[in-house]
Amino acid sequence: MGLTLIKALTASGSASLAFVDGASDVVFDNTYNEYQFHFVNIHAATDESAFGFQVNATDDAGGGYDTSPITSTHFKAEHNEAGAGGGLGYTGGNDQAQGTAYQRFTNSQQIDTDEAFSGTLTIYDPSSTTYVKHFTATGNYVHHSGHYSQNIFVAGYINDTTAIDEISFKMESGNIDEGTIYMYGVS
Amino acid sequence: MALTLISTSTASASATLDITSGIDDTYSVYEFHFVNMHPATNQVDFTFQVNAHDGSSQLTGFNETIQSTTFQSQHGEGDGGATVGYYTAYDQGNGTAYQALNYETGYDADQSVSGILTLYDPSDTTFAKHFQARTQTAQGDDFSVDWYTGGYINTTNAITQISFKFDSGNIDAGTIKMFGVS
Repeated sequence: MGLTLIKALTASGSASLAFVDGASDVVFDNTYNEYQFHFVNIHAATDESAFGFQVNATDDAGGGYDTSPITSTHFKAEHNEAGAGGGLGYTGGNDQAQGTAYQRFTNSQQIDTDEAFSGTLTIYDPSSTTYVKHFTATGNYVHHSGHYSQNIFVAGYINDTTAIDEISFKMESGNIDEGTIYMYGVS
Repeated sequence: MALTLISTSTASASATLDITSGIDDTYSVYEFHFVNMHPATNQVDFTFQVNAHDGSSQLTGFNETIQSTTFQSQHGEGDGGATVGYYTAYDQGNGTAYQALNYETGYDADQSVSGILTLYDPSDTTFAKHFQARTQTAQGDDFSVDWYTGGYINTTNAITQISFKFDSGNIDAGTIKMFGVS
């Protein structure tokens, strides 16, 4: 089968976009042991905000997306529109060590009308009750300062052996002005 | 891009997971998705090798020549060791060992490695065979490790088989799905 489109959510001045198993035709359970989320032109309403995700485990159904511990890495390659500032490096402020905050993809995202974030998040076996939940993500966005193209690489694990069946995406401040997230199952 | 599931291999205290059919010229790109590969031994590396036909169409064993690069980003649960960098100990310069796809997988009950290996045009008889992989590991010392491997199998013989194993001990559990990309 390959990739099966489960649900597409489009933001329009949205505080968050959430995919919840069993709601609005969303399947986020053991039907698939790998899920992909594709972000297309996620545009922030507020300048210099960060786009990220968190999950709810089944023992926190309907919760506030604030109890699942994440240990993660975050690094980037960047280059600005002036042709300078090219580099590769770890971005410590965007990782987590058993933190329960939303895991950042972007940081200080630019909000000019033509500037947004696009990328992909993969989550492995969210319904497992044995293993931590691995995730990897990559994407590109326009960083606020100096109009940098930032190619981000984010990975980690949700350090919980309880099944996960809800996921939320939001900006750290302000709304998601527009953009679409496609959720796929891989089989 | 469409993925077509070709086969699923599930480990159960397996020394190796060998995929010996389904790799041919039907697809020019193959993806191997590993989900929760759990080792029987602590802090071992998940690896792969391939088997090509030689000039007389004989399989020569999982010992092809590999030229590769490896780099990784890591961060500990205790907030230490955050870094990104090249990892020289795990690359190969025309080596014939199994190629590491991560490092030091933990064997606690909730630890494992998951990821994707992409292999390009394995049936080609003109070019070396490029591959790239990204894995995410719960490492034995409670680090999160984001690992990248790229390289080429330095043979112009067609590759028809691939083998996965930990560099020590069995694969206790885990699933590998092989997809054709079209």
